[in-house]
Amino acid sequence: MAARVAQDIADGSVVNLGIGLPTLIANHLPAGREVILHSENGIIGMGPAPAPGHEDFDLTNAGKQPVTLLPGGSFFHHADSFAMMRGGHLDICVLGAFQVSARGDLANWHTGAEGAIPAVGGAMDLAIGAKRTFVMMEHLTKAGESKLVERCTYPLTGLACVSRVYTDLAVIDVGPQGATVVDLVEGLAFEQLQAVTAIPLARG
Amino acid sequence: MIDKIVESAAAALADVRDGATVMIGGFGTAGLPDELIAALLDQGARELVVVNNNAGNGDTGLAALLAAGRVRKIICSFPRQVDSWHFDKLYREGRIELELVPQGNLAERIRAAGAGIGAFFTPTGYGTILAEGKETREIDGRMQVLEHAIHADVALIKAERGDRWGNLTYRMTARNFGPIMAMAARCTVATVHEIVELGALDPEAVVTQGLFVQRVVKIPRTATRGAGFKAA
Repeated sequence: MAARVAQDIADGSVVNLGIGLPTLIANHLPAGREVILHSENGIIGMGPAPAPGHEDFDLTNAGKQPVTLLPGGSFFHHADSFAMMRGGHLDICVLGAFQVSARGDLANWHTGAEGAIPAVGGAMDLAIGAKRTFVMMEHLTKAGESKLVERCTYPLTGLACVSRVYTDLAVIDVGPQGATVVDLVEGLAFEQLQAVTAIPLARG
Repeated sequence: MIDKIVESAAAALADVRDGATVMIGGFGTAGLPDELIAALLDQGARELVVVNNNAGNGDTGLAALLAAGRVRKIICSFPRQVDSWHFDKLYREGRIELELVPQGNLAERIRAAGAGIGAFFTPTGYGTILAEGKETREIDGRMQVLEHAIHADVALIKAERGDRWGNLTYRMTARNFGPIMAMAARCTVATVHEIVELGALDPEAVVTQGLFVQRVVKIPRTATRGAGFKAA
């Protein structure tokens, strides 16, 4: 999945990779592509994890894990960091999700479960800020339900903000025209994908 | 002569009142002013409203302040963490009020206060439960939510180097909320690891200008929790 997303990140892009699955994309960027990573806690030009023994917890990513800074990178405060995002200066943001609707509504911050403590972080800012928002998620829940839905039942993160969804089964564009399949994993037929997906899919 | 250097964290926080709104810098542990939080705990002010990105880690620092029952309300973006058990317990028992704010809105509301802006419209959060009850408006074809500035009585921040005018520089991602909180509070207290002569900080690289800072306290350089601090 991470490798498939990485294919679609063009040379020269400025990208924010969300916590969790999307973080893995950095390891799969094809050689020869220069991609600048933004981290919302205040880094542009973020590098990979440091070598063991060289961690410095004043240099961490949004997941509070130690990272490094590439030559050319720099630091800034939170208001500038979210201005980069909200102001449309990032090309791509890749997020995890609980649910995505056919028109691109996103639910990824809160299950709404009784007794759950809500925590949103930068999810809502990330969802609506970048020029394009991608979602990377398993196609089905652990219970086997489609995470692509007609209408999100979990609390929303943003409305009509997701343009493309990468799952373990397919790449699917979502938006005002509904859902269109861009790509299928090898060996999977369109009809098989439609059978496990809760929204109507168009052939790309 | 202007001299904002204060001899101790205790002296810097002596006049914090009950009910004060206190901004505390830091994203997780990076930039969290541990020594100032410890001094606030000793100082005794109660019924505090705390503004921080998180709601405390482990048993020390902000978590200890919460555990001591000193915080009436917390305004933050991400309270739930693997080690936020003190907040979790208070919240579940209904003993602390939570105002949950998307992280970018939190930052911009703090920045707005420091910049003299009363409120602003932002697309972040539109259509979500965090915008319920808030005024909305379509601007440039996009629905946006009215968000108000957050002012504070006191800001506690961690910087790296400072001078007697209160000019500050920071260290990597420990900068996070420091510069904007310094602007938004009536009284900003900053810790630094090094106090330098006026003119020693590169004027092109001063991040927070001294007029935003009222008190500067020197503290020993220690490792940010979770890993060893690497000597230069």
